Amino acid sequence: MTAQPSDPLIEPLLRRLTPQVLGIVVRRFRDFAAAEDAVQEASLAAATQWPLDGLPQNPRAWLTQVAFRRMTDHIRSESARRHRESQAALEMDQLTAAVDAARESDQDDTLILLFMCCHPALTPASAIALTLRAVGGLTTAEIAHAFLVPESTMAQRISRAKQSIKDSGIRFQLPTTEERAQRLRAVLHVLYLIFNEGYTTSAGPDLRRADLSHEAVRLTRIVHQLQPDDTEVAGLLALMLLTDARRQARTNDQGELIPLSQQDRSLWDRQQIAQGAAVLSAALPQGAVGPYQLQAAIAAVHDEAARAEDTDWPQILALYDLLKRMSDNPMVRLNHAIATAMVHGATKGLELLEALEDDVRVAEHHRLDATRAHLQELAGNLEAAVRHYRAAAAKTANLPERNYLLAQAARLSSKLRLSNVQE
Amino acid sequence: MKYILMMNGTKAHFSEYAKWSKKDMEANVAFMRAFSKQLKDEGVYVATEGLGWPDQAKLVRADKDGTPITDGVFPESKEFLAGYWIVDVESPEQAYKIAARASAAPGPGGASSNVPIEVRQVLGSHSDLGL
Repeated sequence: MTAQPSDPLIEPLLRRLTPQVLGIVVRRFRDFAAAEDAVQEASLAAATQWPLDGLPQNPRAWLTQVAFRRMTDHIRSESARRHRESQAALEMDQLTAAVDAARESDQDDTLILLFMCCHPALTPASAIALTLRAVGGLTTAEIAHAFLVPESTMAQRISRAKQSIKDSGIRFQLPTTEERAQRLRAVLHVLYLIFNEGYTTSAGPDLRRADLSHEAVRLTRIVHQLQPDDTEVAGLLALMLLTDARRQARTNDQGELIPLSQQDRSLWDRQQIAQGAAVLSAALPQGAVGPYQLQAAIAAVHDEAARAEDTDWPQILALYDLLKRMSDNPMVRLNHAIATAMVHGATKGLELLEALEDDVRVAEHHRLDATRAHLQELAGNLEAAVRHYRAAAAKTANLPERNYLLAQAARLSSKLRLSNVQE
Repeated sequence: MKYILMMNGTKAHFSEYAKWSKKDMEANVAFMRAFSKQLKDEGVYVATEGLGWPDQAKLVRADKDGTPITDGVFPESKEFLAGYWIVDVESPEQAYKIAARASAAPGPGGASSNVPIEVRQVLGSHSDLGL
């Protein structure tokens, strides 16, 4: 099979294969950091040679063989003074072993890699970078670009993450049954963070920026396939699909944020919504309902409504009632207050917000002010709404969101002026 | 989370710096170089720049037809940006720790200059789903 230079088949093929090869190499050599380097080199070699020589018969075996060779070079250079003869023998063994190993497909390796990359000992930023690299197969440049940092900084971040793994003595094996639930939660959290990072509000297509949301969906799908009985994995996948489906409607051409109530629902991806709903419907009846499934259910109820006014707010409120009991997240309580307002009136919603002022995690958060502003507007207290929109604008770290909040303040402010004039 | 760490100074501060001994200046420059390298090694570095001195600074306004009117008149008390670092960190506390390291840059006699560093968050465009 011949391939052309920059063959569009090669890149996705490498992205799919390199994590598998990494699993094989780590399993054999037990040195994650060195293995990751070796696989990267093999991947670069493939990207250079395959367009010229054509795709090999067994691309994965090809990559594995090159990576094994790099590993033995690495080992040899580490102990060059000693055991020259046994190194040569080692190399022959390893090369033939590489071909054999590549024939087997150990699905568990991807899961083990994920557990490793998302280990709680790593900081979130490290886990995210390492996961995208080792499991996602993204290049360092792609990851750096996605996070708007220089490539050398991202390379260093990944390098230090690998060193952390080495120093922590994290082993290439599935967690014990006792640890499994907690470790899987850590994996889901990292995948969620990646999805969130990709849920960008920047206007216009940026083709070079790796689509992190789609990457998060892809990786979560893999975990779902590997752990089909885990309902929270399904819940997260459903949540991502149901949320991502609205992406086209969230911003206009100028990059301005459009809230859910005003989105053009014809721009929602109905197919993706159906997919998400299907994944959720399969998970819910199994009974182990958790926060991700509940969040997904809420997203599904929103996505079901043909128009904003058709939204089943009582059902959303019921779901937030459940979620509130399950999750300590103050953001949940903010959303619960909004749902309460939609069902029982703005005053009831505002009462719930007062209780949140004592929660240090949220008292200074722009979301509290923004939520209060929204409910004050619903209650008809325009001056209070303007004040809180401006307060929220001053606190947010998100530029499109700041513009949105200031625009709301301006809109209400002119409404106030007009109503004053009329009196 | 990205933060900008800014080192500001009045014209008087810049003049004082210009009078440091060669040894003190070299120590400060060496510190800055090493500091940037550390930030790169730590995987938090995004950018750093030193700016031209206040004497060269210009204030520009547009004339009625849009042509730039420039002058170099500033109040004596005005603080000028001397330089900045932009870092990508996991918390504001981490940004403050890095700012403290910058603040400890050596001054006259090798002692910490203890210069105040202004820390502000750099706005991003990615949204927080808040889940």
